[in-house]
Amino acid sequence: MTRWAMVADLRRCVGCQTCTAACRQANATPPGVQWRRVVDMEFGEYPQVQRAFVPVGCMHCDDPPCMHVCPSTATRKRADGIVTIDYDLCIGCGYCAVACPYQARFKVDVPTFAYGAPTENETACFDAKRIGVATKCTFCAERIDTGLAKGLTPGVDPEATPACVNSCIANALHFGNVEDAHSNVSQLLAENQHFRMHEELGTGPRFYYLWDKAP
Amino acid sequence: MNWLQKHWDARAALNFMLGGTGGGLMIAAALATPDSRAPILLSLVLVAAGLGAVWLETGRKLRAVNVFFNPFTSWMTREAFAAVLLFALGAAALWRPQPFLPAAALAALAFVWCQARILRASMGIPAWRAPQVVLLIVSTALAEGAGLCLLFTTAPLLLTWFALALVLRAIAWSRYRAAARSAALEAPGKGLLQIGTVAALLLALAGYVVPAAAPLAGAAAIATGLWLKFALVARASYNQGFALPRLPVRGTR
Repeated sequence: MTRWAMVADLRRCVGCQTCTAACRQANATPPGVQWRRVVDMEFGEYPQVQRAFVPVGCMHCDDPPCMHVCPSTATRKRADGIVTIDYDLCIGCGYCAVACPYQARFKVDVPTFAYGAPTENETACFDAKRIGVATKCTFCAERIDTGLAKGLTPGVDPEATPACVNSCIANALHFGNVEDAHSNVSQLLAENQHFRMHEELGTGPRFYYLWDKAP
Repeated sequence: MNWLQKHWDARAALNFMLGGTGGGLMIAAALATPDSRAPILLSLVLVAAGLGAVWLETGRKLRAVNVFFNPFTSWMTREAFAAVLLFALGAAALWRPQPFLPAAALAALAFVWCQARILRASMGIPAWRAPQVVLLIVSTALAEGAGLCLLFTTAPLLLTWFALALVLRAIAWSRYRAAARSAALEAPGKGLLQIGTVAALLLALAGYVVPAAAPLAGAAAIATGLWLKFALVARASYNQGFALPRLPVRGTR
């Protein structure tokens, strides 16, 4: 059994947004669309203020509300837990976007490019299927699938690992199979205290945040 | 740390406003059985206009038929099926009100119920996912539809139904407000209680003896109800935002 998950060590993240840039480059998302982003959060009042950088995106929930509300069945969940969108089925109603508690979904109705006219790379990467439909983080599913086909281990071998994890300069982002007790992410979760965002909503997000070492 | 969602704007709000009023009108027409068939036709026009407005919001308009693909879990799909049923039975009721008008009213109730559940299932928007939103949406539809039907007949049965719907709507609003406070809904909520309930009830009471007062009561109920629903969908729809139950403990490695 495989269940892919992301682990973010909040103690290590420095908010450099390299993961955001890597995601945008790897997935060719248009301006304003960030499947992986880092939220800069402040807590407390002066002088007792603390700051945290929090990577967010699609949490690939166990019980994804986006999938349940989708009227076209474009949103589905794979056996390995990755939540996908079929761009050929999606009608772009936006229902999934308002159902997602993590603001992970985007919809772009007209082609947009960084400098008005598309650059050479933007032209090469442009996918008309993504216009007018919902899009979101895929956990770089193509990289995972291709890597697995080559016998590689996602989360360990960069070629089979999501671009955001590969790019993290602080080793704050990790990816792996939480159903495997010996995987990198399972060990991190065993060695550290962690939480999942908005766990009270019962969506079962597969994005864990480490905040302290285990007692 | 939350912000207003932009995925559903006034076009989506129109679906809830016009669809609710149209659905409520079909129900009221079935109860009041006015001589004219105009309320039935108007109900269908309103529902169609609401659906047309939200269709304009979709990114892939030519694939609209895909909305029917997920009746198992999606309230939007169920709303679409309810709409088809409503149009079929409504068209039949235009031809022969009995026995089709009561059936069309049931379809209208199902349509309105689906609309309420659409909001309830929007987990990302706290103002929508509150369980109390279901009764609020259904009761506003009943009150606005009954109010609109007062343009066609001021029969005592309809006036009584209208008054009951107003009371139900005020109770629903009070329960909702207690559960999901939103600054964006305070003004329309106040209008709903003062103009859309108290003033409308007084006018409805007057309508028993002076029929000309009844449409005014209906107008007050409709205007305040639509205002509230527009605010609920387009102004109070702040998303969940991000939150950390724990802060990182640094310097431990």
